[in-house]
Amino acid sequence: MSIIVLAEHTQGAFKKKTLELVQYAAGIAQDMGTTATAVVLGEAGAEEMQGLGSYGAVKVLQVPDARLDNLSARAYGKAIAAAAEKEGAKVIVLPHDVTGKAVAPRVAARLKAGIVAGAVSKPDLSNGFVVKKSVFAGKAFAYVNITSDIKVITLMPNTFPVSKVEGSATVEKLEPGFDDKDFAIRVKEVNKVTGEVPLSEAELVVSGGRGLKGPENWGILEDLAHELGAALACSRPVADSHWRPHHEHVGQTGGTIRPNLYIAVGISGAIQHLAGVNGSKTIVVINKDPEAPFFKAADYGVVGDAMEIVPKLTEAVKKYKASH
Amino acid sequence: MKILVCIAQVPDTTTKIAFSDNNTHFNTQGVTMIINPYDEWYALVRALELKESGAASAVHLVTVGKSDAEPVIRKALALGGDEAIRIDTDSQDPYVVAAQIAEYAKGENYDLVLCGKESIDYNNGIVGGMLAELLDMNYIGFATKLDLGDGAVTVSREIEGGEEVDTCSLPVVVSCQKGMSEARIPNMRGIMAARTKPLKVVAPADIAPLSGIVSYELPPAKTGVKMFTGDNLDELVAALHSEAKVI
Repeated sequence: MSIIVLAEHTQGAFKKKTLELVQYAAGIAQDMGTTATAVVLGEAGAEEMQGLGSYGAVKVLQVPDARLDNLSARAYGKAIAAAAEKEGAKVIVLPHDVTGKAVAPRVAARLKAGIVAGAVSKPDLSNGFVVKKSVFAGKAFAYVNITSDIKVITLMPNTFPVSKVEGSATVEKLEPGFDDKDFAIRVKEVNKVTGEVPLSEAELVVSGGRGLKGPENWGILEDLAHELGAALACSRPVADSHWRPHHEHVGQTGGTIRPNLYIAVGISGAIQHLAGVNGSKTIVVINKDPEAPFFKAADYGVVGDAMEIVPKLTEAVKKYKASH
Repeated sequence: MKILVCIAQVPDTTTKIAFSDNNTHFNTQGVTMIINPYDEWYALVRALELKESGAASAVHLVTVGKSDAEPVIRKALALGGDEAIRIDTDSQDPYVVAAQIAEYAKGENYDLVLCGKESIDYNNGIVGGMLAELLDMNYIGFATKLDLGDGAVTVSREIEGGEEVDTCSLPVVVSCQKGMSEARIPNMRGIMAARTKPLKVVAPADIAPLSGIVSYELPPAKTGVKMFTGDNLDELVAALHSEAKVI
């Protein structure tokens, strides 16, 4: 019956979140007494695909169609549904990112499968098929029971640690039988941000709020982020004032992130902001107001002026790096 | 050129979340319900702009909800839109919501279906994609810009690690997010007009849910914050390394 997992790649290279996803699928497969089959859409190297075996995939089904280099939810959905049919899969796992979120609902509706979007746990099989997910933008969790025969899960990236095991996957080709309609979306322009860690995947994030007083003061945050290898984020007022681009906005109406470390500078910690970041494993708050509500949600705090504290923290990180 | 905008009602963003009945139900007592911000600020307002510019001829709103959803759909009508449809049922299962809307929409020949990128309560972001599949339409998720012309849409959308500009022939379902348009506030004229706009109540189709929420849980409370000063930041960095193990 197998478990199907979408293994996203960038020109044949698999990112950490994909390896995490493959391992997650392999774990579910083990619990259900079956194996995981990864679906690779587009061109990828044989060695890289076999390498997914090191993360628990037993088989790879590849659709080597160059048209799949651009996201078409219709074509991706068709390919994954075809893979599921071929393997008789009862569980399909996709990433909870822009690709997974576009494709998973199509697959689910096509197969009349119940879906949990943004899972943060493996399914509990002891009483149905119950998966934990974040709701109310991180203010709570829900346990959702999928009752349909086929089940679809999208996994929130950075939920589980990734570790390599022994193994190599066999690679087979899959021909889902596309027609022109599956590629009706014409791509006119692609602008990829290069050389930066995408915020949604970043393990370390440095974020700034109104307390920074203006976009001209972002240099100190950039220095700290650079020293840590962290991505930059911001609060809603900052994005609304166009101090920073919208894609950096985290919070209830912006992005939801769950990095290992979230450093909030000059952000008071309104409930809407906390909602987007309280899945972070460790939160450091730097604020000049000792009464800022964010301190209540923080693990570590520093009361002080950002312009003074942040450069000092950057120095402390530099010193730490030099001695390790 | 008809646009359908999907509207969900959600708890206000400042709501303190609590549960009742042994954590099996979301406690709506004292909770203010609002239009899901992504549906309102981006999907609905952009649809209205397209109508105002003459690119679209009609904007219809649809919601899946019981009568308690009417104040929210009236508020949406106060912003604009020609008529609203309320499908008289309630479900937390995204498939039921999508299938109910699809059942209604399939006979109506909408050229463009807009929804928010997700609702801020269950954060699924599923309904748009499911609708596209059920209506056999194309689907573009996470759009930040949308223009109409010559029987096609031109859309900027977020992709993994960047942005893409696409064109796609109609009909199409697009989920909308920040960048699409600026939020509006209903004016007095709009509020008065909304009172007399048609709000059709449609009986739900017989559709069984594919999932259900068993229980809820609040995240564990933080145990207390450790404070540092500008003079001992070395200790903070050491704690991030040896205690929190994040660097």
